[in-house]
Amino acid sequence: MRFPRWLRPALFIAALLAIWEIAVDLHPGQILPGPVSVAGGIVDLLQHGLLLKYVVASLFRVTWGFILAAVLAIPIGLALGWYRRGELAFNPLVQIFRPVSPLAWIPIAILWFGVGDLAAIFLIFVGCFFPLLLTAMSAVHNIPAVYINAGRNFGLSPSAFVSRVLYPAVIPQLLVGLRITLGVAWLVVVAAEMISVNSGLGFLIVDARNAGNRYDLVLAGMVIIGVIGLLLDIGMRSLEQIKSFRWRSLES
Amino acid sequence: MSQTQVVVSGTKSAPKLRAEHLGVVYDRDGQSMPVLEDIDLDISDGEFICLVGPSGCGKSTLLNAMAGFLSPTSGSVTIDRETVTGPDPRRILVFQERGVFPWLTVEGNIGFGLSKLPRAERERRIAHYVKTVRLEGFENSYPSDLSGGMKQRLQVARALAVNPDILFLDEPFGALDSITRVIMRGELLRIWQAERRTILFVTHDIDEAVQLADRVVVLSSRPARIKEVLTIDIAHPRNISSPRYLELRDELLKQIGLAYEI
Repeated sequence: MRFPRWLRPALFIAALLAIWEIAVDLHPGQILPGPVSVAGGIVDLLQHGLLLKYVVASLFRVTWGFILAAVLAIPIGLALGWYRRGELAFNPLVQIFRPVSPLAWIPIAILWFGVGDLAAIFLIFVGCFFPLLLTAMSAVHNIPAVYINAGRNFGLSPSAFVSRVLYPAVIPQLLVGLRITLGVAWLVVVAAEMISVNSGLGFLIVDARNAGNRYDLVLAGMVIIGVIGLLLDIGMRSLEQIKSFRWRSLES
Repeated sequence: MSQTQVVVSGTKSAPKLRAEHLGVVYDRDGQSMPVLEDIDLDISDGEFICLVGPSGCGKSTLLNAMAGFLSPTSGSVTIDRETVTGPDPRRILVFQERGVFPWLTVEGNIGFGLSKLPRAERERRIAHYVKTVRLEGFENSYPSDLSGGMKQRLQVARALAVNPDILFLDEPFGALDSITRVIMRGELLRIWQAERRTILFVTHDIDEAVQLADRVVVLSSRPARIKEVLTIDIAHPRNISSPRYLELRDELLKQIGLAYEI
């Protein structure tokens, strides 16, 4: 008898939830709320209209920070990757900023943008900019010379060369970089919202604890963050499945 | 253009391509390494030339210099009395492997160099070359769904579609299995006879050279010079067990410095 693919993980998660509930029932106290009360917390948030509001607020910040970073970092990275001299000039700077956690920028973000959406968007932008820049640079380096030579052979204008050879050749690697970076953005938004705003899923977690130790809501927030992160990842992966985008994985 | 039968290789008509004292020196870690030395070669219009030589001798370097991908250190290449300064759609280089664009379908690849043509003409040419290289039914397939031989036929079709004067082929069948290779030779000859382009074909396969070429240019080991130019005076289709074929083949083996017996 064949089980559907989703059945095995679903059963496994159900078993874990059951163990969790039983363990919490055996040791009532402050360690952790059980899954039932977490589910109750989610329902609570839904009834107050907060869940949708906070999810939209967080996604709004991620979208802006991520898109701004992509729009700036990808063309700059492609150009730096193509013109080796530019890369030689900029690379040391990039390498110094890259290992600085986006969270280290929080004071600067507050100084420049005050407490609010802009500061959070800026932090996401910083967190996404450097990974995307490096992805774009290495994507250009990895274009097989054959494609570049073939492109040159057919007498394309520079703009046609970019749109018909360079861009399609780097797309598979860019998509992988964008997917990983979107995950980073989602990590950063939660941290940013704990400090500098009064809405969003990060705010929910801090607020639930501050406003009366509602740990069921803290865990509800964590579960929702995880589920949305997973959905974002699935969305990006489905982009990678488009055939003219995923040629690299098909080439043996 | 009409092809007059009196044009025999070696006549004094103006050459299609002329290499004069062509030399290429590579710079490796500050050391200069001569790869090609004093190459003089005249190729007439419509000729099929094979370049053979020991592995790593600089056959591909010579092809790249003639195709304009590499500027020579000394000497020059002229095509129709015009000095070659860079790649040009009038002469297309076909690569050994991975030459087709994996993000385009068969039609997209063949039409790659045709974007300036009106739509109807572009479609007519794509259809013609799909047929020429026998890829009917695969028009909308991506290269990842094609076999190695089909990909090379696709690359040849993409090259022919822009109507080039010269095709440069850099060991185009080198990565294929031996049966496919023999079939591809027949296909290439059929296309060459139908379309009459000038072809420069790099190979390390002696049989391939004797089966295909009007003339075989034998290069020495690095730095490569022209050691010998052998005219293959057998009409197509060539009988590969005829005495003349075997004689020319032996001559080539000797020129490259290979033993007759293993």
